[in-house]
Amino acid sequence: MTTLLSLVVAPGFFASEPVRTAAVIGGAAAIVSGVVGVFTVIRGQSFAGHALADVSSAGGAGAFLLGINPLSGFLLMGVLAATSMELVRVDRPSERDLVTGIVTGAGLGVAALLLYLNVTTSSTTGAAVTIMFGSMFTISASIVPLAIAVGLAALSAMGVLYRPLLLSSLDPNLAAVQGVPVRLIGLLHLIVVALAVALSAITVGAILSTALLIGPAAIALNLAKRPSVAIFLAAVIGVAATWGGILLAYDSYEWTGGHGWPVSFCIVALIFAAYVVVAEIRLGSRRQPEPGLKPRPREGRATTAG
Amino acid sequence: MLTRSEVLAVRQASVSLSGHPILKDIDFALNAGEFCGLIGANGSGKTTLLRTVLGFVMPTSGSVTMEAGGRASIGYVPQKFILDPYMPMRARDLVALGLDGNRLGVPLPSRGRRRKVDEMLEAVEATPFADQRIGSLSGGQQQRVLIAHALIRRPRLLLLDEPLANLDIRSVAGIVALLRRVSRELQTTVLLSAHDMNPLLSVMDRIVYLAHGRAATGAIDAVVRTEVLSRLYGYHIDVVRVHGRVLVVAAEGEGDAQTAIQRDPVHVAQVP
Repeated sequence: MTTLLSLVVAPGFFASEPVRTAAVIGGAAAIVSGVVGVFTVIRGQSFAGHALADVSSAGGAGAFLLGINPLSGFLLMGVLAATSMELVRVDRPSERDLVTGIVTGAGLGVAALLLYLNVTTSSTTGAAVTIMFGSMFTISASIVPLAIAVGLAALSAMGVLYRPLLLSSLDPNLAAVQGVPVRLIGLLHLIVVALAVALSAITVGAILSTALLIGPAAIALNLAKRPSVAIFLAAVIGVAATWGGILLAYDSYEWTGGHGWPVSFCIVALIFAAYVVVAEIRLGSRRQPEPGLKPRPREGRATTAG
Repeated sequence: MLTRSEVLAVRQASVSLSGHPILKDIDFALNAGEFCGLIGANGSGKTTLLRTVLGFVMPTSGSVTMEAGGRASIGYVPQKFILDPYMPMRARDLVALGLDGNRLGVPLPSRGRRRKVDEMLEAVEATPFADQRIGSLSGGQQQRVLIAHALIRRPRLLLLDEPLANLDIRSVAGIVALLRRVSRELQTTVLLSAHDMNPLLSVMDRIVYLAHGRAATGAIDAVVRTEVLSRLYGYHIDVVRVHGRVLVVAAEGEGDAQTAIQRDPVHVAQVP
């Protein structure tokens, strides 16, 4: 047993402090992203989720420049972007896409400036890679309490918003008739997305946080037929991919002669592989006609003719 | 003002959307338990009238009065409801959201809640597919689930926006029979919009016939007549009854009658 374990897990894995911090923060980010991601996908807001990640990278870069905790930078910019995107009143869905695109562009532009200033003022060339693509084994353990607090706040908010959010994701009119303040619920949801994205940004990086937000949720939506199950599955899949990715990255030091592969790459690769497998299985099962889905004989024509 | 038996009164209501007049001087009232068809071609203002009753649109003049309770006592089935096949929701989940979807917090499993949902699913004959994903159901089955969602809070008024569109003829007959039955059993007033009145002829107590933003209202036999509809359309219209079906036909060459007919594909399709 011990030998089998040591084949999969390189020595020192469980004793390593950076691994433990990465596992805790990564796990928290994965749970929050999975739960929030299910709503983001069914609301058709994947692009908005990615936009928040891009804009929050400007906050992360700013925090780096000021030498403060990057999580607070990601949080601040993310929440600001979520609020401004939701408060712009739009009449058509295409207009919403446009607003999202403009905000994303502006945010990334600011990120480019701040990252450039990082390089020129403190010659920390690593900042750009850390902010955009994450650097899980270098996360400071001091961030853990704030990260856990943000995670708990996001999960509690989702718990409170659960039913009205589900209803307004289904159909805004249906929700409005039942007295749901649809716009307010949409704004609160996007703010929670910003919290999830900020957590992911310090783990897998701002750009790759979309993978953690959308991937596990998309896989879960292929498998579950009720909302609570989809949410639970998305969280489990996210955690499994994150911890699997951490293990893979840690082990990769062995095969690559001490360079190792980035954790972010390993996590995203696992999510992508899982999605392809699940989607392929589902597609395969759809090619075979299901017994319950036989087309009904159309009797209408015969009766009108007669 | 509502009289004792009235659930909804629309009085001389006119509606404009971004400056364009859509509805003009609409006037009708519905009594408790009545079944009313809101009939008109596409673009005649049916959806706007329903949205006005729902309070999403304010009349520019006139009034819309609901029985005490307002919007909270309306059940609503929206038009062109697109149910994504990936939506992780069973028929029973959607019906349960009708009961308490506006409440905050995660629903706790409760026997009373489950029983109410089961009863409602049974009432609309949706029990056999209660545990299937809504996105995998046929159009007629989805309508039944949406009707259950709207009825579970026992509204006084049920509004349905084109619930019969895109259904095969057998499903249309099934949904109409279901609505007639539940409206009688629950004493719910039904206001249903449709571009074809024929499937509803046997169940309507009252008709609101919309054309060019104006309405003729009353009993079917009082409204669906050559002289009434001709006055409403502003040119000569023939109302023809064939095998118990009603055809509304514009005379050839009458003003913009040709365009009216073209904008109203169903009436053309009625011609055997």
